[in-house]
Amino acid sequence: MTIKPPVDDFATDWDHTDPQWVADPYPIWDDLRQRCPVAHTERFGGGWFPATHEGVSAVAKDTVNFTSRMPIIVNGRPGEEALPSPIGVTPPISSDPPFHAIARRIMLPPLAPGPVNKMEPQVRALCRRLLDGLGDDAVVNGGLDYAQHIPAAVIQQLLGFPPEDEEVFSEIIHVVMEGVDQEVEERFEAFVPIEEYFVKQIEDHREHPRDDFTSYLLNAEIGGNKLQDEHIFGTMVLTLIAGIDTTWSAIGASLWHLATHPEDLARLVNEPDLMPVAVEEFLRFYAPVSMARLVKHDMEYLGCPMKEYDWILLGFPAANRDPAVFEDADRFIIDRAENRHVAFGLGIHRCAGSNLARMELRVAIEEFIARYPRFELADPLEVTWSKGTVRGPRNLPLRVLA
Amino acid sequence: MKVSIDADICQGQGRCFSIAPRIFTFDDLGNGVVIADGTLTDQGLELARLAQSNCPEHAIFIEE
Ligand code: HEM
Repeated sequence: MTIKPPVDDFATDWDHTDPQWVADPYPIWDDLRQRCPVAHTERFGGGWFPATHEGVSAVAKDTVNFTSRMPIIVNGRPGEEALPSPIGVTPPISSDPPFHAIARRIMLPPLAPGPVNKMEPQVRALCRRLLDGLGDDAVVNGGLDYAQHIPAAVIQQLLGFPPEDEEVFSEIIHVVMEGVDQEVEERFEAFVPIEEYFVKQIEDHREHPRDDFTSYLLNAEIGGNKLQDEHIFGTMVLTLIAGIDTTWSAIGASLWHLATHPEDLARLVNEPDLMPVAVEEFLRFYAPVSMARLVKHDMEYLGCPMKEYDWILLGFPAANRDPAVFEDADRFIIDRAENRHVAFGLGIHRCAGSNLARMELRVAIEEFIARYPRFELADPLEVTWSKGTVRGPRNLPLRVLA
Repeated sequence: MKVSIDADICQGQGRCFSIAPRIFTFDDLGNGVVIADGTLTDQGLELARLAQSNCPEHAIFIEE
């Protein structure tokens, strides 16, 4: 890992992995929104960060001038030869039109509201099991012992990986998440055992088809042909990358909020009907996911001289705090009635797992506050936040109150 | 009074059918669909407006 100098001015040198941004990005975004509103950096090989809803929305919906082929920022500027094909390594998130629509259409039905609603009782039982495991301890870890395990178990089950592989699976998740911070070569190396495990699972599903997402992908067709193995593998890896630390972060940030805002916790406990509206406000206020695009060609865009292969950091969390779109944008309003938040993105790449993520978040919070109607941070200084593309609390010790 | 969803704009964000499940539902991809022909009562109009003001894609249209 390379050590980077701290950022002095985010308008000309932004870095979403800088400790200041990781600790508290919101004042930085407010400042950029007023001053720029599109910030620039020479880091990562060069890139732009639109801090307004308008800027984020324009880029997210524009597949003519921007490509999704590398949706996560890495160190260095990709050249044409380093870019994956228009299909991308993890379709559909890394795909551009027209292939994107085909890959996305395959993914959507198993993640649509109908199938997701059927999963709710299992998720609820899972949450209760995890809570039982926390027992009567005075301090429980809402991040590492609760929030993390919910999406991990859900994705493991969705993909149809054997329950007894839980440890292998959590090692895989660990490697994938660490990978965000590594140089490309290190990452490739770490990925070898993961690839082997996935290939083994794919083969096992070929021989013994069952009712899960992996078998579904093996049966899926494009124009009468089965999907290529790379496509199946890429989509499975995407489900793992996109489905776990995102949802973990959303659950963790919501628990963090409730631990630090007893009045909101009391309201949710006393008015359970507020839950669906509260979930949207959790998603707006603590939106965990920022994605990337690459500029396709030199152009003047949003008033900036963009160059081919400049990065764009698509800050959905920043868009969600834009006062031009949200009244009292910097206030968490648990019963906010109008809430056009963009936590799940905008346009053709809208999160394919949003129905599942919402259900997990709602059920996880419902069950947690049913078990622990009063709790607070055990020690604010012990809470750690992840950095980069996905932001959320990791270590989250909570003190249970009587 | 009538409500409609522009299928070219809708991306399946899923807000309308959870806010107003008597007016909107979803198809097998999870995209929003108006139930029946979208004719609204007074009370329906209010709910349809609420759904409209929560649609991140601005895909809901109301004819008054
Ligand atoms: C709270 C949790 C989650 C958040 C905040 C979130 C956020 C996002 C965002 C912002 C995008 C857009 C990416 C872009 O524009 O480049 C996205 C895409 C995607 N997400 Fe999620 N996600 C969450 C959970 C999930 C889950 C649980 C799954 C899968 C089971 C999932 C699967 C996907 C997929 C497949 C895409 C790509 C869709 C496409 O390119 O058409 N996500 N997500």
